Amino acid sequence: MEYYPQLVTLVVLIPLVGMTINLFWGWRFGETVSGIIGTAAALLAFGVSVLLWGYLTNSGYQSAVVNPPFLDGWIRIGSANVEIPWQMRVDTLSVTMMLVVTGVGSLIHIYSIGYMHGDPLFSRFFAYLNLFLVFMLILVTGNNFLMMFVGWEGVGLCSFLLIGFWFDKAKGVGWRNSLAARKAMIVNRIGDFGLLMAIFLMFWTFGTLDYYRPGEINNVHLAESGGEHSESEAVAAEGEHGEGAAVAAEGEHGEGAPVAEEGHSEPALPVYTNNDHISTEQLGVFSQAERMIEEQHQVDFGPFNLPIETVLVLITLFMLVGAAGKSAQIPLFVWLPDAMAGPTPVSALIHAATMVTAGVYMMVRSNVFYHNAEFTSLVVTLIGAGTAIVAGYIAIGQWDIKRVLAYSTISQLGFMVAAVGVGAYGAAMFHLVTHAFFKALLFLGSGSVIHGIEHGHHLAHERSHGQGHGHAEHDHDEHEFDPQDMRNMGGLARKMPITFITYVIGTLALAGIFPFAGFWSKDEILADSWLAGLIENRFWGYIGFGVLLLAAAFTAFYMWRQIEMVFFGQPRTEAADHAPESSPLMTLPLVVLAFLSIFGGFLNTPSNVLGLDNIFGAHLFTTWLEPSVANAHAAAFQPLIAIGALILALAAIVLARSIYGANKSVTEDNSDPLAVRRDTAPIWSFANARLYWDETYFRLFENPFNVLSHFLANTLDSDFWHDYVHNTVIAKGFNSIGQLLAKPVDLGIVDGTVNGIGALVRWVAARGRRVQTGYVRTYAVTLLLGVVLVIVLLLLPALTNAGP
Amino acid sequence: MVQTEAFVMLSAVLFVLGMMGVLLRRNAILVFMSVELMLNAANLALVAFARQWNQLEGHLFVFFVMTVAAAEVAVGLALIVAIFRTKQSINIDELHQMEG
Repeated sequence: MEYYPQLVTLVVLIPLVGMTINLFWGWRFGETVSGIIGTAAALLAFGVSVLLWGYLTNSGYQSAVVNPPFLDGWIRIGSANVEIPWQMRVDTLSVTMMLVVTGVGSLIHIYSIGYMHGDPLFSRFFAYLNLFLVFMLILVTGNNFLMMFVGWEGVGLCSFLLIGFWFDKAKGVGWRNSLAARKAMIVNRIGDFGLLMAIFLMFWTFGTLDYYRPGEINNVHLAESGGEHSESEAVAAEGEHGEGAAVAAEGEHGEGAPVAEEGHSEPALPVYTNNDHISTEQLGVFSQAERMIEEQHQVDFGPFNLPIETVLVLITLFMLVGAAGKSAQIPLFVWLPDAMAGPTPVSALIHAATMVTAGVYMMVRSNVFYHNAEFTSLVVTLIGAGTAIVAGYIAIGQWDIKRVLAYSTISQLGFMVAAVGVGAYGAAMFHLVTHAFFKALLFLGSGSVIHGIEHGHHLAHERSHGQGHGHAEHDHDEHEFDPQDMRNMGGLARKMPITFITYVIGTLALAGIFPFAGFWSKDEILADSWLAGLIENRFWGYIGFGVLLLAAAFTAFYMWRQIEMVFFGQPRTEAADHAPESSPLMTLPLVVLAFLSIFGGFLNTPSNVLGLDNIFGAHLFTTWLEPSVANAHAAAFQPLIAIGALILALAAIVLARSIYGANKSVTEDNSDPLAVRRDTAPIWSFANARLYWDETYFRLFENPFNVLSHFLANTLDSDFWHDYVHNTVIAKGFNSIGQLLAKPVDLGIVDGTVNGIGALVRWVAARGRRVQTGYVRTYAVTLLLGVVLVIVLLLLPALTNAGP
Repeated sequence: MVQTEAFVMLSAVLFVLGMMGVLLRRNAILVFMSVELMLNAANLALVAFARQWNQLEGHLFVFFVMTVAAAEVAVGLALIVAIFRTKQSINIDELHQMEG
């Protein structure tokens, strides 16, 4: 049992193997085998997670840090004292995330076998799904922020690959999918910048990125208060540099330092209940932060110092930017609705249950930071609550079945983020888990509906146009017929009963109706917000409470609107009239998730509510989480808040029924009932236009960027640089200098000189030639003159001397 | 005794006359005659000085000069006959084919 934590490496490795097989040989195997390989990988990973859960429950929730084999030291720069190892962490928080990811992931794998049937790139889909599992599990099992960042980036990549999976669909649809994938990647990247800044700040402040080192105690309060945790045995093999994997078990009560000898229990070792025996540099980031706050440490940034609280506020604000990108909060949520262009299992897995919860996981993991950064908690609550209500408002005006769910996801993520803001980390995680159940259920159900409508469209076409038109006809109509538009649905309750029932269960769970899962988790958030304002004097708890209450009412309203439009009333198109129920491969996961949505809330029943805690146990989940999340406290049940929220949700449902029920869900001209009434029309239209958020972004950021880019490319680079500078200035100038040197200088001067000398010689010769006249008499005269000259020269001395 | 200066002066006059004849005459034979005159003038000067100093070298040299003059005349006249055969004239002004 003690070696179980080492299995956590398998959790990451098994999906990696599954992905490799499907990537390289999947095209040979055919659909069944590929699907089985992918699903088996997910299920095996789930099995390992269950084993780890068993280990934790039986060992008193003792966390463990695992060094995977053959990976000794990931980033190690001895001279700068940088040590970031590839270490994995098995504690209650990471096991929770592992269970959710692999559990819901397995169900979605099974569903995908049915959903992606007939797709030519079937095995590639499963390879991508497994790759996503690999990265997500790296994210949640990492013991330091850099591993989390690796997983963070990796799931962003998988999101891109999976959203744009159908990138080659005809008629511009494929291009739209690629644009959506690109948008997701880029907006995520902006968030990643925030997370990176937080990581840099953390490394600068603390010198390390580990959450908790081996030997540290996570939850000091729990350890110091005793608790029911048993004596633990510390087993260590050959230190950390040995050939095998080293498991360092840290205990709530346990021995602090690993035992050097081969492991047997050593009851005589000292028992630590806090981390005071460890020096600050040896601690992980969270314990270091707490100690620095006690010591009022100042962080040195060179020219200035900052107190540790300010640095924590900065770190947490940057992390909030990261979470806003990944978990789709204001202002970076715009990628999630567009991400619905991907296949529905992708929407269910990535954009409902797992990837988008990575931001919430990160914030819950850093609860120590957020607990000590008051200002950030305010900002987080405002952003979370704001996102919840804005997304809830937009969802009311959407026609696409998946878009409604997308905005619902954004809204619920806002709930989780707001919960983190008011300090309700346990409630946030609880809502994360229940939301994974019912949102995945809703998405898979919507996928089933979409499949049904598509099949119904085929069948209706065959009946009216005869056989044999095949895909050409289908593609022609696909441009005009949107199987995801709720206006083309209606009356599906009778045609697709299993889908209908599970979908209603999911809706009730999401709306927070007793006793489904959402009721418990949502109420816990509301109660915690209220109490945060009341007891802890955090006024933003009240703000969060009010806004979230309103958002919960919106949730119930738009979800029931959806139910009315899709399932009740009369079928509005032939496609809806002929929609068949989906195959068991698709409906079975729906049933399982419906079961979880009904009973999942009892994971964390508050005490003293209707005696339910005697059946299910009170606050099981919070107790489970506490060893890892030091600030997760179970709040006392607030019956007034619970009943008030329930009444509000029921009232919203009744209101939706009155507006959209009894076959009134879509008016004659294919418009919403709220859009035709004068008083609600502007409100509804604004929601339908998604608050012009994307258009504003386009005007503010994309368009100026495009304009600048065009300017730089066309005017600056092409016209100025290439045409003017290169062609005119440089090329022509060079040519003219060359011409200048060639013609006047070379031909003119050089050739001229040489030719000139020749001409000179000829001229001289021509003149000189004339001496030879050919006349004898001339020669005779010359002779005479020469003689006279000679005589004079000879006589000159005599003449001059003999002069008088 | 007659003074040497008279001989030399006569020689000079004869020489100049001969030089003028060389320069100004058109007939080739007459040019030759002028050349002979110059040569004989030189002879006279030589003899005069030999007489003055009573030496034989002067006289001897005259013999040489005369010999040379005779040879020269022979060759020259042969040349003139050859030229006459080609150009039918011995006007030296017409002999300028070797000009520049």
